[in-house]
Amino acid sequence: MIEQLVLEEVLGVAMRTGGEFAEVFAEDRRNASAVLDDGRVEELTSGRDRGAGIRVVVGDTTGFAHTADLTEAGLIAAAEAAAAAARGGGGGTNIVALDRRSASRGYDIETYPGDVPKARKVELLGRANDAARAVGGAISQVSVSYGDNRRHILVANSDGLFVEDDTVRTFFAVSCVATGDAGMQTGRESVGHTIGFEMFDMYDVDQLARNAADRALTKLAARPAPSGQMPVVIGSGGGGVLFHEACGHGLEADLVAKGASVFRGRVGQQVASKGVTVVDDGTMEREWGNIAVDDEGNPAQRNVLIEDGVLTDYMWDHLRARKEGRRSSGNGRRQSYQNLPMVRMTNTYLLAGEEDPESIIASTPKGVYVKHLGGGQVNTATGDFVFGMTEAYLIEDGKITEPLREGNLIGNGPEVLQRIDALGNDFAMGPPGTCGKDGQGVPVGDGVPTLRVSSLTIGGTAA
Amino acid sequence: MSFEPPDQESADLLALAQSVAAKANAGEQVEAFVARSSYTTVRAHGGEVESFTSAVSAGIGIRVVSDHRQGFAWAGTLEADAIADALAEARDNAPFAEPDEWVGLAEPDGIVPVPFDAFDPSVASMPASQKIDLALELERMVRDGDSRITGVRVATFSDSSSRFAVATSTGIAGAGRGAWCSMSALALAEDGDETYTGGGSTVGFRPEDLDLAEAADDAVLRATRLFGAKPVPSQRVTIILEPRMAATIASLLGSTLTGERVLKGRSPFGDRIGEAIASPMLTLVDDPTDHRSYAADMFDGEGLACRRNQLVVDGVLQGFLYDSASGRRAGRPSTGSAVRGVSSTPAVGCQALAVAPGAGSFDSLLADIDTGVYLQTMTGLHSGVNLVSGDISVGIEGLMVRNGQLAEPVREVTIASTLQRMLLDIVAIGADVEWLPGGTGCPTMVIADLSLGGS
Repeated sequence: MIEQLVLEEVLGVAMRTGGEFAEVFAEDRRNASAVLDDGRVEELTSGRDRGAGIRVVVGDTTGFAHTADLTEAGLIAAAEAAAAAARGGGGGTNIVALDRRSASRGYDIETYPGDVPKARKVELLGRANDAARAVGGAISQVSVSYGDNRRHILVANSDGLFVEDDTVRTFFAVSCVATGDAGMQTGRESVGHTIGFEMFDMYDVDQLARNAADRALTKLAARPAPSGQMPVVIGSGGGGVLFHEACGHGLEADLVAKGASVFRGRVGQQVASKGVTVVDDGTMEREWGNIAVDDEGNPAQRNVLIEDGVLTDYMWDHLRARKEGRRSSGNGRRQSYQNLPMVRMTNTYLLAGEEDPESIIASTPKGVYVKHLGGGQVNTATGDFVFGMTEAYLIEDGKITEPLREGNLIGNGPEVLQRIDALGNDFAMGPPGTCGKDGQGVPVGDGVPTLRVSSLTIGGTAA
Repeated sequence: MSFEPPDQESADLLALAQSVAAKANAGEQVEAFVARSSYTTVRAHGGEVESFTSAVSAGIGIRVVSDHRQGFAWAGTLEADAIADALAEARDNAPFAEPDEWVGLAEPDGIVPVPFDAFDPSVASMPASQKIDLALELERMVRDGDSRITGVRVATFSDSSSRFAVATSTGIAGAGRGAWCSMSALALAEDGDETYTGGGSTVGFRPEDLDLAEAADDAVLRATRLFGAKPVPSQRVTIILEPRMAATIASLLGSTLTGERVLKGRSPFGDRIGEAIASPMLTLVDDPTDHRSYAADMFDGEGLACRRNQLVVDGVLQGFLYDSASGRRAGRPSTGSAVRGVSSTPAVGCQALAVAPGAGSFDSLLADIDTGVYLQTMTGLHSGVNLVSGDISVGIEGLMVRNGQLAEPVREVTIASTLQRMLLDIVAIGADVEWLPGGTGCPTMVIADLSLGGS
């Protein structure tokens, strides 16, 4: 994307006013998407975004500028702007020698979506639409979306790091509306992986469409969810967002350092039930949150955050790690070249236990079974978090009975982690997610086995 | 229609958009939407500048319609080769869409835009040192606001000066500019082993409009009044929503009233025109020609004049919002409600919602509540709200209301209802309309009979 000599020159300019660290992050991203709605392929969209963000660090201050102009002149202008914003005491080192490294993710992309004819992508939309509508007359609306993107990044910094990576992601989703006597309900199914068009060898789009339609139909008969505390069983693969919110964000070192995490100062302590092991793993092959290197050029890692209930470590980016005199954990990510990196999750999951999932439900006299969670949100300072249930059922006398309408559940991270009293042996990853933090969205994955929380507050409308 | 762009830069963008639109082949419609903005963000933490970002970004989105099929492409730069590529891609994408007789670009409708130009050049020309001083000052004010404030997660100064233009081969030509600056702070307060956060913000068309004291006081008050908060038992409650919270409910309602949702059977109010869908106290308009709104504008995303649209009057549903394609399908004119950025095609959306003032202040409405909850924050709006079914369930923090007064703090509870019920359960609307950073104007609201899920 950019010549090594140009990068060395630009980093030299960035360090000229006393910078302690400088970095060039360049990105060239192509997006393609197609949408079918209301029975018709509405449009295909193509997007191209290309540019570089340059940061210069002096003391605790970061100067940052970005540009869509990748010529030497454009990059030097951005480097000067970033350096001016973070002015140090005087002339610093301005000779930077880059050591080129390779990034590897351990597997190859089989079919680049850019090489797939547009007609083939569009054909998937029509098939899913037909399959969803064939489920029944109560399915009153269907939308189907396809998306792929290819993101080539380059990171070079004043420590001599120089690495490039090329990432391909493919996404497919079906959303249905079902109409009945009591109004409308929705059902959705989505899949996404850090792979190419071969994703459609892994999934049958007809089946994905039927899943979405079935969810909407099931909810037509749903009754209002209860309100108040009771045991909650979370289904395998459907509820990783619980850990993303209950502890993931609270273990991001930038929030910890600012005193904004309820997990501050708790490394080495028992923060969860025994048997609970939570991992953030950017190396997880083909998953939505997979990265070969993070957006600061550090290799992705498998980081154990909580081991058998004990808090083992936080997640780190370059700046936070540098301050603590340790290595980054490969969690420095950013939405695009227009943003500064910060500590972000990748694929966050809870390891399986040994119990039979059926027996977990059978040993729950009364509660709620959440088969699929929606998004969530957390206040890391208090640890209070919510997450939506998009497909849930009552558990009565140890059996899954009636479907429930949508709602949020609320809990407190440190308390909920201690209340996990059953872990199934049926681990699965869940649907692709987008994690938002300070206005930046990045792709993340999550996964859980079937598990039970002895008490969570359910935000329904029934007494 | 003669229209003068407000300055040379927007005239240049319009000329660029028109040059792209002029490349339409016979039987083809082409639209170009071009935007360029410069912005600064200063983040202060611990008495230091944590980061200083300054940049210019620009982009173009191109729609090509031929044989009633639409294709779209965009580029995050205005370089000539990228624009040529985007036009070729949009043209290549169009044949893959299935034809729809209503698809097409906007056509000039003779409605003259209401002149509006809140662009203050002092936003862009403000020296960097002044922006840094403001961010540091706000951070200091928050830290000094209360002995229990232990830190400020971040105090931010942001400004943006932007220009856009849209032109089509059907004769549309619009351009505009805007500038604003804003500041926000997120305070951290600690007492014993409890930590709470509280946010405050201020926004203005000019730097001198910023009210740092108000933002700091708000952040401090919100961070320090929740100590000792705990869940309360599940019950039916009345809630009181100050303007910023009530605006959230108004926005949810507004989102269900777009022609796009109605025509595709995704609005719970799709067949309710002329019916009472809300308390007679509620009147809601979407009016970007109201210059008190921070989202006021002359043109919508398709280059048609913005206009005042009545959505709900005295509780009765009046109509829906349309862009040109959804309007054609519904047999109605566009309401000038196309919203967009460079990387997406126009969608129908609310621009500047405003709830008409009722009577009374926050304090007088509070005094009328025997038992209820004052909501300080709502979480999980994206996961707990379904705008098709109308189900709403969110996590909240706040204060109980007892005998007309704010009482003990509460957290880790949910409130739930449906949008349909909440609108009918509005029992009071205040006179205290506040114009919020997102562009919405809203007074205090009191809503009865929600389910609180707690201990």
